[in-house]
Amino acid sequence: MAPLFYIFAALAILAALSVVLQRTPVYSALSLIVVLCSLAVVYLLLGAEFLAVVQVIIYAGAIMVLFVLVIMLLNARQETPSDRSRLARWLGAPLLLIFLGELLFAVWERFPSAATRAAALPDAGPRAVGTVLFRNYVLPFEVTSVLILVAVLGAVVLAKKRL
Amino acid sequence: MTLLLLAILAKVGVVLLVLLTTIAYAVWLERKVVARIQSRWGPYLVGPHGLLQPVADALKIFFKEDIVPTEVDRVIYWLAPFLAFSLALLSISVIPFGESLTIGGATIHFQITDLNVGLLFVFAVTSLGVYGVALAGWSSNSKYPLLGGLRSSAQMISYELSLGLGVVGVVMLAGSLSLREIVEHQRGLWNVFVQPVGFLIYFTAAVAETNRVPFDLPEGESELVGGFHTEYSSFKFAMFFMAEYANIVTVSCLATLLFFGGWLGPVFGPSLLRALLPVFWFCLKVFCFLFLYIWIRGTLPRFRYDQLMAFGWRFLLPLGLLNVLVTSLILAWRSA
Repeated sequence: MAPLFYIFAALAILAALSVVLQRTPVYSALSLIVVLCSLAVVYLLLGAEFLAVVQVIIYAGAIMVLFVLVIMLLNARQETPSDRSRLARWLGAPLLLIFLGELLFAVWERFPSAATRAAALPDAGPRAVGTVLFRNYVLPFEVTSVLILVAVLGAVVLAKKRL
Repeated sequence: MTLLLLAILAKVGVVLLVLLTTIAYAVWLERKVVARIQSRWGPYLVGPHGLLQPVADALKIFFKEDIVPTEVDRVIYWLAPFLAFSLALLSISVIPFGESLTIGGATIHFQITDLNVGLLFVFAVTSLGVYGVALAGWSSNSKYPLLGGLRSSAQMISYELSLGLGVVGVVMLAGSLSLREIVEHQRGLWNVFVQPVGFLIYFTAAVAETNRVPFDLPEGESELVGGFHTEYSSFKFAMFFMAEYANIVTVSCLATLLFFGGWLGPVFGPSLLRALLPVFWFCLKVFCFLFLYIWIRGTLPRFRYDQLMAFGWRFLLPLGLLNVLVTSLILAWRSA
């Protein structure tokens, strides 16, 4: 399993870099799809088949399709680089490094050894996820859906001034 | 380990071979049946009853000149047909064809891999199938493909929802997302009798999802030339064509598994017959669905685009939600 993990982890990172570095929006979007699918493979390797498939269905199959559709509708071709902000150039890399370090530290703190990392993996089948979602986290779940509903209504109102 | 790997490779090879042959002969069947409906002969020159026509078609299409328009986005223009074709083939990997068979201690599963979320896997792969169409339309850099690509992406996204909602009832009844368990659950009664509305929603959405008549707007010849694949020729066009038929086969397999009891059917006779009959029943049911597809194509006219979208969002989707609601109420009432 380890070689597969390294292959797809590397693919995810390369594709993530490509999301940022590509000049053409469609290529960026496609790279993002590769990132999401590689992450799904990593989930699969961890034994979380349900999460892997849901990741593909929701992120790669639904959200990114909308991204790609919008890019197609706007017919966005090559991007022209704007006057780069000097602040971003000087602060970007250090801030990124700090963020990555923090993230790494947090993960290390939580899962110090490989044994705990393996033990911390919960059962991630559809039944288990459903039980946790609709028993322990019902309220956050429902609040999130209301939030999304509000966002949808807002978008409709903004897009259609006269209803 | 090596033996196991070889066995898996052999199984993949056999399944792919059967699938590709089915695709080729589905095209032949379609030409024959549609011809019959329209009082024509259909192909009959190449081989008896035109049975070798698929071979001739394949040879012809591969020897055609491959024209690439100058203004296309090359990488994506090449990627799109491969994406469409490989994704269409991928979903067959979780489809079970028959009961597991035990010969001399070795168990043979009529399935490439038994995923415990097999049903969702098929949906995941289908949902990625939109990219092949959308990217083909975009990368051709031409107006008809772009319009066709946009149309079909919108259509596929809309009908995917109904497709999913149509099978939720079945999943709730079986209490599992594994295709094998869903079939086993239908031993007493096929799901089509328990979930008739779910089946109608699923099948309607599936016809739309595979871009077939009466929902074949993306390819509406009279308005869009050929839709998203207008600028494609030779084997790249063939890949889109085969992807469409592979999707039809997958959708028919899924309809059989989810609603018509998969490989379940009368099993009798000596042990060899006993072992092969389930596979035969499965193939027979899938064949009936393929025939139904062709029958619909020969009979119904095409929808108008706004009718199609309105039908999907205002009728099929609410009906699907209602079906889920009623099914879960009945299940809750029964278990209480």
